[in-house]
Amino acid sequence: MATYGNADRMRRATSGLMTTLTALCTLLAISALLIILSHIAWQGIGSLNFQFLVDRPRPVGEGGGIGNAILGSLVLLLISSAFGLPLGICVGVYLAEIGRGRVGDAVRFMVDTLTGIPSIVTGVFVYAILVIPMKHFSALAGGVALALIMIPIVARTTEEMLKLVPHSMREGALALGAPQWRVILGVVIPAAAPGIATGAMLAIARVSGETAPLLFTAFGSRFFPTSLNEPIASLTVQIYNYAISPYDEWHAQAWAATLVLMTLVLGINIMVRFLTRKKF
Amino acid sequence: MPVQTAAPRIEVKASTPAPTTDGGSAKVAVRDLDFFYGRVQALHSISLEIPERIVMAFIGPSGCGKSTFLRTLNRMNDVIPATRVGGQVLLDNHDIYAPATDVVELRRRVGMVFQKSNPFPKSIFDNVAYGLRINKVTSSGSELAGRVEQALKDAALWNEVKDRLKTSALSLSGGQQQRLCIARALAIRPEVLLMDEPASALDPIATSKIEELIFDLKKQYTIVIVTHNMQQAARVSDTTAFFLLGKLIEVNSTEKMFTAPNEKLTEDYITGRFG
Repeated sequence: MATYGNADRMRRATSGLMTTLTALCTLLAISALLIILSHIAWQGIGSLNFQFLVDRPRPVGEGGGIGNAILGSLVLLLISSAFGLPLGICVGVYLAEIGRGRVGDAVRFMVDTLTGIPSIVTGVFVYAILVIPMKHFSALAGGVALALIMIPIVARTTEEMLKLVPHSMREGALALGAPQWRVILGVVIPAAAPGIATGAMLAIARVSGETAPLLFTAFGSRFFPTSLNEPIASLTVQIYNYAISPYDEWHAQAWAATLVLMTLVLGINIMVRFLTRKKF
Repeated sequence: MPVQTAAPRIEVKASTPAPTTDGGSAKVAVRDLDFFYGRVQALHSISLEIPERIVMAFIGPSGCGKSTFLRTLNRMNDVIPATRVGGQVLLDNHDIYAPATDVVELRRRVGMVFQKSNPFPKSIFDNVAYGLRINKVTSSGSELAGRVEQALKDAALWNEVKDRLKTSALSLSGGQQQRLCIARALAIRPEVLLMDEPASALDPIATSKIEELIFDLKKQYTIVIVTHNMQQAARVSDTTAFFLLGKLIEVNSTEKMFTAPNEKLTEDYITGRFG
């Protein structure tokens, strides 16, 4: 074959340089994740045992565990999902199917603004409207705070997913004499269901890592939950409290709790992948 | 789709009065229909009568308004924002644009098959049963199954899918999907069936199946078909209507239309002089 000219050599060198550069950046980003994961695993695995997963916190020197915090986190996720998912999905359906023109644009803008509100502000807001009137911290207040964070995420992903459903499918149902609400419920939402489920799971994964909104609402507890109307423990608040404590034993437990939380979020993300596989 | 200027040199005359059936009143009668997308007028004073149990084909170049006109017959254009209708569309002498008209009931009586097959992401059975279920046609499971079977047989699809009714409709081939959509429309037993270029995305074998189907369906239904393909119009229809630039140029028996049309414009279009 012909030999390469100078311009060719230059072009190939630039191309090689750019490829290397992007590869390096990618490596840097991924290695950050890997370092965090491996460091947490390294630090946390030592204190991790069955007792730690099921016991409640004990005074320093007596061991104890995070069983109540795991349960508390799950309860909080359940409460927030019960409020946040239906509301968020309804807003998404409104934005995609019903709200047109200025009202829809205004709602969309407000939803986007809601996404940008710092989570600590959400916590303080719920403190003002729920905790103060009720005169005590509660799991319910914590769940509502998390739900407020979920709603805009779920709403926007639902909207995007519904917009991906081809218009011809809606017309097909309308042409069979289906009223609009039946078209939405029976055809459009089922067609977008995997995508909506992804949005829901991403929102759950997102709030399962929230600490700030829980500080003023669920507060935390050293006991197993007995009622939704009282303070409740959560993994994130537990990690925060142990991490700022002066005791080495609690620091080790905070690492182990972090490992559990990471595994939980990873588990949810894997479930998302599983749910979004194409069924039809 | 706004009116496109297919051939600027053509001057369009007022629409020819449509032929009527032997004294009997038409199934669908359209009187002075105007249609607007926003400020763009897509249809100009269309008057047309469609007798019962015939196949009428709409032909004309792209953007001439034939699809728009078809969609005014079951008010599918209602779902497009900023559209406006003037004039009357009478179905069995009742104005479908009258305020008292129930659109859901209308669409049950006037079914539609679209250009692009649009099966729901459900099983084959559920696709055909959809219209029956939403219209609460029957509450008995066996009757539902019977109606689904009949519709699939009418659409000449039963033999190909009878062993896999529970599988996804999206697993069917393009031609099968389109026949499924026809079965879905037939299941609720409409009186009029509107078909918007139902075979335009299909290969010749699937197309001939759909055409045979149309020929059979004519015994029970009034069929209006939009087509780009003039051979198809000639093959399947009894009557043909020619549209140009949002106006109805000529309605005539298909045989006459393709051999000795009344209008010069029709002849020019059919012989391929423009469009």
